[in-house]
Amino acid sequence: MTLELLEGSTAIARSAIAAGCRFFAGYPMSPFTGLLENMSQQMPAAGGVCLNAESEIEGVNMTLGAAAAGARAATGSCGQGIALMQEAIAEAALNETPFVVFNMARNQQDYFQSTRGGGWGDYRTITLAPKDVPEAVEHTQLLFHLADRYRAPVIFYGDPLLAQTRVGVSIEALDFGPLPPKDWVLDGTGGGTGRSRQIWTWAMGKATDPGPGPDGHWRAIADKFDAIDKVESRFEQAHVDDAETLVVAFGSAAKFVEYVVDELRADGHRIGWFRPVTLWPFPGEALAAATAGVRRVLVFELNAGQMLDDVRIHAADRSAVRFIGGVSIAESGLAYGELMDAPVIRDRILAAITGGARP
Amino acid sequence: MSVIDTSQPPSQPAKKVAEFSSPLLLGEHSLCPGCGEPVALRLLLEVLQELDIVQRTIGVVGHGCYGSFVRIMDVDVLQCLHGRAPSCATGIKRVRPDRAVFTMQGDGDMVNEGLQEVLHTAARGEKITCVLLNNGVFGDTGGQLTATTVLGQRTKTSLEGRDAEAHGHPIPVADLVAGLPGTAYVARGTVATAGSVAQTKRMLRRAFEAQLSGAGFSLVEILTMCPTGWFVPAPDGPGYLADSMEQAYPLGELTT
Ligand SMILES: Cc1ncc(C[n+]2csc(CCOP(=O)(O)OP(=O)(O)O)c2C)c(N)n1
Ligand code: SF4
Ligand SMILES: [Mg+2]
Repeated sequence: MTLELLEGSTAIARSAIAAGCRFFAGYPMSPFTGLLENMSQQMPAAGGVCLNAESEIEGVNMTLGAAAAGARAATGSCGQGIALMQEAIAEAALNETPFVVFNMARNQQDYFQSTRGGGWGDYRTITLAPKDVPEAVEHTQLLFHLADRYRAPVIFYGDPLLAQTRVGVSIEALDFGPLPPKDWVLDGTGGGTGRSRQIWTWAMGKATDPGPGPDGHWRAIADKFDAIDKVESRFEQAHVDDAETLVVAFGSAAKFVEYVVDELRADGHRIGWFRPVTLWPFPGEALAAATAGVRRVLVFELNAGQMLDDVRIHAADRSAVRFIGGVSIAESGLAYGELMDAPVIRDRILAAITGGARP
Repeated sequence: MSVIDTSQPPSQPAKKVAEFSSPLLLGEHSLCPGCGEPVALRLLLEVLQELDIVQRTIGVVGHGCYGSFVRIMDVDVLQCLHGRAPSCATGIKRVRPDRAVFTMQGDGDMVNEGLQEVLHTAARGEKITCVLLNNGVFGDTGGQLTATTVLGQRTKTSLEGRDAEAHGHPIPVADLVAGLPGTAYVARGTVATAGSVAQTKRMLRRAFEAQLSGAGFSLVEILTMCPTGWFVPAPDGPGYLADSMEQAYPLGELTT
């Protein structure tokens, strides 16, 4: 395995193409812009298409069309741009069109947006939040697999550190196992056969072959997301067995927490960490088990307390949950502020251990 | 021109004057008597057959009364979000360049909700054909003012008639699109008379030919009767269209 020194955005673009992504459409917004530039530079050589969408709404709907026609397709943006895409993400969840949405977020304030969504209807979006560039490379490919497996739009939750850090990585196609045949794709050959195909959120079917209609279809979609919830949650944890204090964090923040927890353990503290790898499905059962024996559960995230809700829902004892994160944005508005720093995180953990709640 | 008195049953029930059926129709349409949209659908299906592209065509249908055609047209179809058909069609065409790709949209869908989509798609010169069914109202939601409602026209949200001061001016979208480089063929027809039906079919055919030859973007705007949304008796639809919409939106080919 040879390692190449690549910026995150380049590595993620290359990984997407290695996964078979052949259509990308996006609209610049920092720190997503680097991924768009890389896609536009790399797609032609792979025989794919990258379009400069004139808006995020157009970008996501182009992507929906490309996916409906059978391509592995993706779009991306961050924050506001992903907000503009919500109608189409919900639509794709309900009409079962698979694609990947790269949210190269500016911070961790899009947790609710990713896990609750701003679209309509009973849908969910599988969301993977890698902690560093090598994991982002793997998650990129896993997301295309999960999208196809479940015929659903899925979300990559990145950030400025993932987009802009240079890391030695190796990019090759990963095999996640067999997938169901794409026998639903609109390829244009159904016309005049009496069995023409249809992708329709209402699933009314054709006059000669009625579909389940909205009631039956949307129940089935809800059941599908229930089933995904049961089997697709992923997490990582360490030192849970002897921990009195457990720190919960996701994405890049979890990498910082991991480092600080190691330091504190070296100082003799009985402390561990828990990282939801999938933000949805949230690894609730695993968190319940991990928090069963601990005295305090500290939640560190760079927002006003969003994942906090999920931790409170699932912690063995919700009265043990304390929030030690907060909103922290760089002057530019485009990156993390001073809270994303090991000494600061260490101080907040220690303050919580010695009795304070919110520092 | 009379306005319907809805307190009484219709005094002039619609009469079926002709019967057409396409092998690409899987069932009866469920639209109002006197509606122009089913006529436009028939023309579109006939053109697909005559060009022999039925088994390599993908349609993208927006939100309006024509949305129910998805159930009866024997063509591969994506039923997309309101206004977004040209973007979805772009994605489809770019990954399947050897297919014929069309959109079916209304004035509310294309000119209100999705004006940005259609203009950008035309400017990119996407090799797709957009079919606009323009009846000057939101038919599906019950006859409210759209961006193409002509000045003076009474709708449920412009009871005294469209007034430029209060409601702004109608947008001639086909003319806008015709002015963009990247556009290969743009025309405006109607289905109000037998002669115009034949002419509109020729326009649709040329639009698909422009797409298939790779010349660029094509659009056919079809003025369609909506007696229900106009609150006129069904038989008055074509006359009302000729007196109102056709005056504001001259028929003919807009590209040379
Ligand atoms: C985002 C969104 N807004 C509003 C609607 C409601 N809606 C459904 S059909 C329609 C009217 C469409 O009018 P037009 O495209 O002119 O079609 P017509 O019914 O006149 O043929 C509207 C506003 C919708 N489906 N989606
Ligand atoms: S409301 Fe108008 S557009 Fe809709 S079916 Fe009736 S006549 Fe046709
Ligand atoms: Mg209309």
